[in-house]
Amino acid sequence: MERPVILDCRGVWKLYGPHTRNFLEKHNGSPTDMALAEANIISAVRDASVKIRKGEIFVIMGLSGSGKSTLVRCLSRLVEPTAGEIRFEGSDLLAMSENELIHLRRKKMGMVFQHFALLPHLTVLQNAAFPLDVQGVDRRTREEKARQMIDIVGLTGREDYYPRQLSGGQQQRVGIARSLVADPDLWFLDEPFSALDPLIRREMQDEFLRLQSMLQKTIVFITHDFDEAIRLADRIAVMKGGRIEQTATPEELVLNPSTPYVEEFTRHVPRAKVMKLRSVMSPDVPDGVYAGELSGNRTVADTIHQIDAATHPFKVTGEEGEVIGTIDARTAIDVMIGRTGA
Amino acid sequence: MTDGVHNRARPARAPTAGLSGFPSFSAVFWIGLFLVTWALSTWSFALYKTFDARWIIRYPKKLEIPLDTWISNATNWLVEDLNFGFFTFRDVTRFISAIIEAPYDIMRSLLVDGFMIGQGQQAIDVAPPLSWIAIISIAVSLALYAKDRWLAILVGVCFAYLAAFGQWDSAMVTLASVLIAVPIGVAGGLALGIVAYRLPAFERMLRPVLDLMQTVPVFAYLVPILVLFGFGPVAALIATVIYAMPPMVRISTVALHSVPEEVIEAGRMVGCRRGQLMWKVLIPTAMPSLMVGVNQVIMLTLNMVIIASMIGAGGLGYDVLTALRRLDIGGGIEAGLAIVVMAIALDRLSQAFAVRRVRPHLDPQLPFHKRHPVFTLVVAIAVFTTLAGAYLPAFREYPARLTLTTGTFWNSTIEWINVNFFDSIEAVKTVLLNVLLLPVKRFFTGIPWAWGIVVVGLAAARICGWKLGVMAAAMTFFIAASGLWREAMTTVYLCSVSVLIASVIGIPLGIWAGQNPRANSVIGAMIDTLQTLPSFVYLIPVVMLFRVGDFSAMIAVVLYALAPAVRYAAHGIRSVDEELIEAGKVSGCTSRQILWRIKLPLAAPSLLLGLNQTIMLAISMLVITALVGTRDLGQEVYIALTKANIGQGIVAGLSVAFIAIIADRVVTALARSSQQKLGLT
Ligand SMILES: Nc1ncnc2c1ncn2[C@@H]1O[C@H](COP(=O)(O)OP(=O)(O)O)[C@@H](O)[C@H]1O
Ligand SMILES: [Mg+2]
Repeated sequence: MERPVILDCRGVWKLYGPHTRNFLEKHNGSPTDMALAEANIISAVRDASVKIRKGEIFVIMGLSGSGKSTLVRCLSRLVEPTAGEIRFEGSDLLAMSENELIHLRRKKMGMVFQHFALLPHLTVLQNAAFPLDVQGVDRRTREEKARQMIDIVGLTGREDYYPRQLSGGQQQRVGIARSLVADPDLWFLDEPFSALDPLIRREMQDEFLRLQSMLQKTIVFITHDFDEAIRLADRIAVMKGGRIEQTATPEELVLNPSTPYVEEFTRHVPRAKVMKLRSVMSPDVPDGVYAGELSGNRTVADTIHQIDAATHPFKVTGEEGEVIGTIDARTAIDVMIGRTGA
Repeated sequence: MTDGVHNRARPARAPTAGLSGFPSFSAVFWIGLFLVTWALSTWSFALYKTFDARWIIRYPKKLEIPLDTWISNATNWLVEDLNFGFFTFRDVTRFISAIIEAPYDIMRSLLVDGFMIGQGQQAIDVAPPLSWIAIISIAVSLALYAKDRWLAILVGVCFAYLAAFGQWDSAMVTLASVLIAVPIGVAGGLALGIVAYRLPAFERMLRPVLDLMQTVPVFAYLVPILVLFGFGPVAALIATVIYAMPPMVRISTVALHSVPEEVIEAGRMVGCRRGQLMWKVLIPTAMPSLMVGVNQVIMLTLNMVIIASMIGAGGLGYDVLTALRRLDIGGGIEAGLAIVVMAIALDRLSQAFAVRRVRPHLDPQLPFHKRHPVFTLVVAIAVFTTLAGAYLPAFREYPARLTLTTGTFWNSTIEWINVNFFDSIEAVKTVLLNVLLLPVKRFFTGIPWAWGIVVVGLAAARICGWKLGVMAAAMTFFIAASGLWREAMTTVYLCSVSVLIASVIGIPLGIWAGQNPRANSVIGAMIDTLQTLPSFVYLIPVVMLFRVGDFSAMIAVVLYALAPAVRYAAHGIRSVDEELIEAGKVSGCTSRQILWRIKLPLAAPSLLLGLNQTIMLAISMLVITALVGTRDLGQEVYIALTKANIGQGIVAGLSVAFIAIIADRVVTALARSSQQKLGLT
């Protein structure tokens, strides 16, 4: 069940200020807050370790200024980490030459930005085709691929618009098309929906999940919105002050917060939103009448209407479709209204 | 001038009275400094007589630093003797000349002379120049391409004016040099800007050089260019490029730096190489700002048209200059207007290109002439009229009998004004001279040089810290030690009077424009026009009405330097936070109180920045007014130019630049501190 690790990042530090490398060495790789303040050094990322597995949606969550963007830029080496080790598919990312890096980014990585970062002088089509243009792909081929991507993100008919003629949501669709046009394996999204209105944001999240079910990329998704995180994530890393406080599935995070900070964050999250059926179901499957089958990976909140409306309990199924338990309306409602503390 | 700065400084910098009722240290400092200066200035001559110490009013000749001689000698050595082995310094300058001359010749042949083979009498015409109809239609279609039919009409009228008023050939000579100088200036500026963007160390090095280039009066570098490249269009082009390029460098660097970080990251993430990042991401994204730079280059190039004609550029500038020298009112105004008309056309055209909306792509299946109908039409017109020119002279040249002239009209207008208003003009002039100009002149020129150094150092140190104080004192010493004290003080006097008057007129206008949209549109249009005029043009009517002398110089400088005072005041008033004004209204302020208690204090930093710009423009214009006979540093530079004396020109030029730099630093520091005080940074 454990999928292979694509990106392995260990003990990454990013400090801003004068002579940061020397400074870090002098303090044996782990300076105190006092020492940092004294040397006038800002620590954007401190000792961060994450393992990103193939095909998962890995969300990095934290308040503004907690170092999320810096960390994700270290992972793509847009920012040079001060210390630490990053391996991409087993090879040392930090040892790569400029040329290797360019090759890697052209073929294997894509990134979506908070403020879209579209090129104002190019049309939608040209923006989407830009990565291929840079690679020297001929015009016909790259525009054909770009058209496919534009179609996938639902912008057909706007190929000749310029970015400023589009709404924020549409612009980000172009950003997404651009980041996917070269068919990368690893997809970074830095707060892609934060600049959008709440309603559009929700629509884009659905769109994102739809895309992912089609494309099966490995995803590092940044957000400051905990709701967004639990909606999208397979696993979440919570950041605070440059450190990763906890890395876990949404469910674990809510049920077993490992630090007071994470607890503070998750306290107001309705359990039902994160609890999977597989963890609230009863494991025995008595004979009887069932209303149907539900996947154990769905959350209680997601299925409550169905469960509540039916007169009979549901069977819960595992990864392979095998029956692993049952759930009835009463259990589900208990979780919904928080009657049973887990 | 320094004094003007101090007076303004007080409200912004220091609350005048302490709580206990004693004046604060700051007030005592400034009042004391002023009183001592005033006393020394008034009695310096008496002091010199009493102690028989001539050094009090004159820097001792024996101690003067002969920097001008050194510079002249060094240049001579450079030009005559320097040898790099395979080639000499002369070869280098010849090489540069050749590079510039070739495209210039082609452009000139295309627009005016036609293409020829051979020299002088034996020359054979190969191809005629573009006909005037062709050039007008090209200009009009460019306007159409850049914006809309209204701009096309404006540009068409401007170019038609040049033809109809008999300025065509001169105008085309000028246009040829503009069309060569602008691309060189833009490309060079962009290249330096890119290097500065990539290498912060280079940028740090470049910045003071650019500061200096923008403050050294043009005349100062005309001299070395004249010596190095000889009299002629190439020298004029080089001077123009040097003059017009610095803003492009600056704007390019700023424009590249202001490309959003995310866009650069997006470029890097798709795997751009360095060159791709620059040409496919950074420059296109920065293009709107870069176009502002191009517009600047064009305007500065046109600004140089007249000055450049002093070292060999022909065309409209030459016409103005000769008219000015002959006091030919009509001719001067006509040629001057032609420059203005051309400036307006090129300015609006380049601005339109800067904000041009990109059109949707056309169907590539269509034949070429269907996709680009205007382009095809223009090419057809150009080819047809130019070829037809060989048989029909009307196509070759604008028919002489249709040429209009306004020369006599201007002549008689000025004559009429002089006949009817001579007494009133003379009265105003006399009053202003006696009440304002002469006392200020006496004050500044009376200051003993030694005390001058001290007072500049102290004032600068008080406002911007001791480092700048030392630097300012050193610069002032340089001026004194070059034996230019009196000329420098004359410059300071003329500048401060002009800035004072420009502020007195400009700031209220700006405040009015800032509060009243209707006034704003009228004043804005007026200021825009004033700014489009090349600086020389101001001289023509002023000299006609007031004849040569300090007064004329002052009027010309005021007209030229008015714009920033108005602009910044209007901007400052307009950008006061709407909520603060509402808060004032809710507290029951009258609109007067809102202006005086809320808007003006908050607009103070903006007013100071406007003051800074006004001073800078005044200084640059002062050098030009040397032509009308002020006896200041500008005159010194101008004399150096006529004598081709490099040393004298550079030393006097540097002195002007130093005055400008001191003023700039001091006023900028004041603006910054008032900004900080208001929490606006
Ligand atoms: N180039 C930089 N120079 C100095 N400090 C920086 C720089 N980039 C980020 N920081 C600091 O690092 C911290 C983390 O920033 P960032 O990663 O952008 O946070 P987030 O994306 O979580 O909002 C912030 O305190 C920010 O001020
Ligand atoms: Mg961020």
